[in-house]
Amino acid sequence: MIAFALAVGFAAVGLGTIFCLVRLWLGPDAVDRALALDTLVVNAVALIMLLGIAQATQIHFEAALLIAMLGFVGTVAFCKFMLRGDVIE
Amino acid sequence: MSGGLLGFLGEAAVALLLIAGSFFMIVGSFGLLRLPSLMQRLHAPTKATTLGVGGILIASMLFFLFTTGRVSVHELLITLFLFLTAPVTAYMLAKAHLHRARLQKELPPTGRPVGWATFDPAASDPDPDSGLRPTDGR
Repeated sequence: MIAFALAVGFAAVGLGTIFCLVRLWLGPDAVDRALALDTLVVNAVALIMLLGIAQATQIHFEAALLIAMLGFVGTVAFCKFMLRGDVIE
Repeated sequence: MSGGLLGFLGEAAVALLLIAGSFFMIVGSFGLLRLPSLMQRLHAPTKATTLGVGGILIASMLFFLFTTGRVSVHELLITLFLFLTAPVTAYMLAKAHLHRARLQKELPPTGRPVGWATFDPAASDPDPDSGLRPTDGR
């Protein structure tokens, strides 16, 4: 039962990642692309959690946490750059 | 996973949470793809961040609780971090969108002696005109 749910989860999150990539490709503005990258990071965190359940190991949590943190910092840096033309003034 | 009724119920709960989380993940990404304007598109991935990842993380917590017998708190850390950072990210994206989509004179007055902070010149900038529209893409 968990194996079936994991297969559904991998398929759904992978399809969501493809949707995010399409939005990243289409744009049309740089803010759209930043938002698509942010959603891509959330999808990546979910994918890593699913991989942790599938392999029944807990060593992926640090990777998920690091990706979440880097995604947040990256999105805020993108927005800061779009707002001011400079990340750290 | 241990056998018996408790093991079956735990397995069913984990599978149900996984399916629900996956559903909300795909809803968020589909909304990001299909909604027409950026302010509407900002709304969709919040479902993926809260309900989608939240469901998958709770499923992971339950799974490791049933398999190892210990409560794992890493997932709570990720959930807390995502819940704290999602509003900040959405706010920054909305502000950047307003900054890029509207001209400075279209924005309403702030009602204070200072204007909109994103149009102020940088404090270290000797030329006050150079910081006005740094990333004018149009």
